[in-house]
Amino acid sequence: MIKIRGLNKWFGKLHVLKDIDMDVVQKEVVVVIGASGSGKSTLLRCVNFLEFAHSGNIYIDGVEANAKSKNLHQVRADVGMVFQHFNLFPHRTVMGNVTEGLTQVKQVSQKEALEQGEDLLEKVGLSDKSDVYPAMLSGGQKQRVAIARALAMNPKIMLFDEPTSALDPELVGEVLQVMKNLANEGMTMIVVSHEMGFAREVGDRVVYMDEGRIVEEGHPDQIYSNPQNERTKAFLGQIL
Amino acid sequence: MIDLPWDFTAIPRFFPGFYAAALLTLQITFFGIIVGVVLGLVTGLMRLSKNPLINTPARAYIWIIRGTPLLLQLMIIYYGLIDLVSIERMPAAIIGLGVHNGAYIAEIFRGAIQSVDRGQREAALSLGMTHTQAMRRIILPQAFKRSVPPLGNQFIIALKDSSLASAIAVRELLLRARQMGSSTLMMLEMLMIVGVYYLMMTSILNLLMGRIEKRLEVSDYQD
Repeated sequence: MIKIRGLNKWFGKLHVLKDIDMDVVQKEVVVVIGASGSGKSTLLRCVNFLEFAHSGNIYIDGVEANAKSKNLHQVRADVGMVFQHFNLFPHRTVMGNVTEGLTQVKQVSQKEALEQGEDLLEKVGLSDKSDVYPAMLSGGQKQRVAIARALAMNPKIMLFDEPTSALDPELVGEVLQVMKNLANEGMTMIVVSHEMGFAREVGDRVVYMDEGRIVEEGHPDQIYSNPQNERTKAFLGQIL
Repeated sequence: MIDLPWDFTAIPRFFPGFYAAALLTLQITFFGIIVGVVLGLVTGLMRLSKNPLINTPARAYIWIIRGTPLLLQLMIIYYGLIDLVSIERMPAAIIGLGVHNGAYIAEIFRGAIQSVDRGQREAALSLGMTHTQAMRRIILPQAFKRSVPPLGNQFIIALKDSSLASAIAVRELLLRARQMGSSTLMMLEMLMIVGVYYLMMTSILNLLMGRIEKRLEVSDYQD
């Protein structure tokens, strides 16, 4: 589904991604962990072409895309993204947020978009909020709307960039639950998150990144219980 | 009782006589603002372009217009260009005021667009929108809302600046006051009448902009 080969990226002099190779197969849930500055968010943003790598190749569903691709917006439509700070459109209602991509990108009729929107909001448990503006929602509700908004495009893969990091602790669970349901339905996902419970329950693989490299990867049980790399051990010692 | 050299009872008496001049002031301001907003939007967007062929003309326009007096600009348009094109005084005043305000409004729009969180654009792009769609559907609506207060301010400045059109013989409020002052020998009284007109018009404009701001507040509870 996703194939990454030899990805390198610099921010000025800072080498943030170093020779990243990664494969994600269909229905796989990959959880990426690592300290801040390890490059995990940048990697995710490269997969959605919000950042461009300086070298290396990214294949989405077998098709290569890069900064020069003319159809980047179509590629992005197939890759759903959920942001740490939600990035909901404040001038649109909840329903407006969810249907924006449907009517503008997929050119679905307003009526059909509303029907799909209702289904999606039901899926994330927010049917009663459809006419509310994002500002009136809690963080957990906002993130669930953001997930519904991304799902509306019927993406082949969903990327989550620290989806629960900006949430109050008591709101984390509701977002994770929606993500777990999604994983159980067979959605292919790359999740940057330190939520170990989530990783262990639905993750197929945990990838540990440090200083722009993938240092260790493996089954969640193995990574969390029996990490091999010294740096992985040290990092897990800090967060657990 | 001290005998003042002024006859303030002249103020209400002559007040209605300025009606036509006030209308001219309003016309210059209104059309000048329209020209200014259109120019400002185009220039503001050009200024944000990464292509130097597009942003350089915008930068130059803003630099020159903001760096020279409106009075000079009006004179160049009306008197200076006379060998090239002869422009009537009203259109000259409207073009002058419009071009002048366009430069300021461009900066207002640019600032408002840049103040919209980067994540908004990223969210729009990640849904598969093109850059144009993201700008039109997501960024500009939010930027417009934020530009309402500074725009209101600029409109009030434009209204007052329209008095400079008196220098190119447009018989708007200020020129009318000076002419009436000379003919009646009641200069202060006439100038005060004009002051009241301006104050009334700016107050109404202020109220109007406040209303619009309130209206736009509906979804404005940012986190």
